[in-house]
Amino acid sequence: MNTLILRTVAPYLTALMLLFSVFVLLRGHNEPGGGFIGGLIAVSAFAIYGIACGVSAVRRAMKFHPMSIAASGLVLAVLSVLPSLFLGQPAMTSQWYAVPFLGTAIDLSTPLFFDVGVYLVVVGAISSIALSLEERAD
Amino acid sequence: METLFAVLVGVLFGGATYLLLSRKLVRILLGIAILGNAVNLLIFTAGRLTRDVPPIIPVNSYLPVEATANPLPQALVLTAIVISFSFLTFFLVLGYRAYQELGTDDILEMRVAEPKEHHEPPLGY
Amino acid sequence: MAATKTAIDLSAAMVTQAVPLADWLLVAPILLTMAGGALTIILRKKSAAQPWIAISVISLVLLSNIALLNHVLSNGVVTMVMGSWLPPFGIAFTADALGALLALTASVATLCVAIFAMNSIAANERRYGFYPFLLMLLCGVTGSFLTGDIFNLYVWFEVLLISSFGLQVLGNEKTQIDGAVKYAVLNLIATTLFLAATGLLYGLVGTLNMADIATKVKAFDNSGPVLGLATLYFLAFGMKAAAFPVNFWLPASYHTPRLVVTAIFAGLLTKVGVYALLRVMILLMPEGRDWLASLIGVVAIATMLTGAFGALAQTDIRRTMAYLVIAGIGAMLSGIAVGNQVAISGTIFYSMHSVLIMTALYLLVAFMYQMSGTFSLREIGGLYIRTPLGAGIALILLLAVAGLPPFSGFWAKLLLVAGALEADRGWVAFGILASGLLTTIAVGRIWIFAFWRGGNENTVDGIQALPIAGSADASDVSASIWLPLIVLTALIVVIGVLPEGVMSISEYGAKTLIDPTVYIGSVFGGAQ
Repeated sequence: MNTLILRTVAPYLTALMLLFSVFVLLRGHNEPGGGFIGGLIAVSAFAIYGIACGVSAVRRAMKFHPMSIAASGLVLAVLSVLPSLFLGQPAMTSQWYAVPFLGTAIDLSTPLFFDVGVYLVVVGAISSIALSLEERAD
Repeated sequence: METLFAVLVGVLFGGATYLLLSRKLVRILLGIAILGNAVNLLIFTAGRLTRDVPPIIPVNSYLPVEATANPLPQALVLTAIVISFSFLTFFLVLGYRAYQELGTDDILEMRVAEPKEHHEPPLGY
Repeated sequence: MAATKTAIDLSAAMVTQAVPLADWLLVAPILLTMAGGALTIILRKKSAAQPWIAISVISLVLLSNIALLNHVLSNGVVTMVMGSWLPPFGIAFTADALGALLALTASVATLCVAIFAMNSIAANERRYGFYPFLLMLLCGVTGSFLTGDIFNLYVWFEVLLISSFGLQVLGNEKTQIDGAVKYAVLNLIATTLFLAATGLLYGLVGTLNMADIATKVKAFDNSGPVLGLATLYFLAFGMKAAAFPVNFWLPASYHTPRLVVTAIFAGLLTKVGVYALLRVMILLMPEGRDWLASLIGVVAIATMLTGAFGALAQTDIRRTMAYLVIAGIGAMLSGIAVGNQVAISGTIFYSMHSVLIMTALYLLVAFMYQMSGTFSLREIGGLYIRTPLGAGIALILLLAVAGLPPFSGFWAKLLLVAGALEADRGWVAFGILASGLLTTIAVGRIWIFAFWRGGNENTVDGIQALPIAGSADASDVSASIWLPLIVLTALIVVIGVLPEGVMSISEYGAKTLIDPTVYIGSVFGGAQ
């Protein structure tokens, strides 16, 4: 779509939406949110960028092929299952480590990594579909 | 309330079945979409309907203070929605490709894989 | 979060004692195939490395499944709950002899297909994701066999279904898209019905854990809803398994994808339907099975006869094989219709046999096509002279699918017939034997026409016709084609000659299905 306003705004809008998607992803721990919905927000950010600046610009901005992103998310999710193996607990038992950071404690946990994996799978898979559909429309 | 939903599920199933029996591929796809939604509503209703009480435990207690809505059917429906959504996108692309390649959306005319002319198997030996 | 955790006693809701390492064998196949699938997607451009990654991952899965079967046989039913949440809250993975045996067989078949595909799947089709889809298909199939939660079973069904769609249209040909429309629509309707039945079952008993369902359905005093649900499940899984009269999607689509793909479909997908029927009908709702027994019997015989007559009426070898798949499904259903321990172990044995034999037969068809350049029974011929070894393998496989001794199919059918006679259902036994006879004629014709006849249809006996254009010489056939064929044939012969091992595993599986106390005890730690 070749409108000046959209093309000017799109990069900022995309950046803002991506930031928001990460916020939703991290919020998903104790409140509504999570990897799936965060991933969808990120995909819509990429889709807007694609509508404004073209699909090839999005592919350049994403750096990696969407399918690779999805696959690495899958690997991350699988890896997050494993730590309980070494502790003699059933698969997917959540592990928590509080990491001190600038005076507060940040809870790092396996569900967090699983959720990030879901986020990446959704971002990769859906943006791969969306980009190929947009490509066809061009 | 459950009775009303049960009737609605029945109506959706009926409509979906009617569309699935159609010869046009697009209608079949719409039928599949409605069927998926009918099943989602069915699961939701089967988990019993409770109004206005989200299943969230307050900060200072370990149990919900009052009877809450059942969260499990909601999780099931969410899973089913995601799956049926992805299948529907696959079907839309497949239907479009089928229309492009086969030049028809009438399933009775889709005979490329099963040609109409019948070849007798060898009868001798 | 960490502070609140210590304040509550979690032992009522979570597993607190240490879990033996061997229990991880339950999730190992799923984690391995998932990670392997992801790895092959990341490396999708390295089409030379893909087969080797896939083969090594599937070999690991195979080893893990051997260990799992061994573990189940020595320790009984094994359960692991995800995230330590005690059942019925957590999703349980539960392996009994049935699930472990089928998971092992599935990984053998997939390994053979992965090796066979090295030569028959082109590099660009590898890039479109043959190996990732194959691994995810195995993931879905093993997940279905090992899960102990009925909604989780639905999720695994969808995993294997979406991978099978990807495999089905690999190559993007007209016939494939035509076949895919029929395959996809029917299978999706079947899984949606399965989901609907599961939703209703949840509304009825309020749980999704299979062991819990088995307990609660037994205690349920109103049989009407249970019988209705059993019928709905029978329809849904019957569609997946291609039972008459909802089987016409199978011959309409199975000849369209690449033959290696069809080999894995024919080996695994319908068997997942049969497995699910066994679980639901025998373990969860035995009352529903008793009520439906006659209907299942009629459906089983109709399925067997459709398969056998359909196989006789085809000219295209690929479609003959599709009907042979259906005939086998009928035999497996007949065991569920009879329902005593002998017949159920016959069904389990037959499922295992069917995974091996149908994979092997479709690989054989691919081999025959490479040798002759045709699928038509009229044009094919003269293969015996060009490849005596291939002709020998073909004879064994074709006789084995008809259930003749001394191959694996014979023992499965023997158990089925013995079970039917024991339960006083002579007509089921008659149906099995009649379809066996017809199948023997159908496969005999294939061997006579393709291998024994000197050339195409009008060849005079004893005269070797000229090779058909586009056909290969036996010396051109590479080891990656011979190896899977020989391995599968050897397995079928070995199981046929020494059936005691598989037979006792099947009997053990049938026993835990019919009397679920062990299964329930494993899930709930003997508390109930």
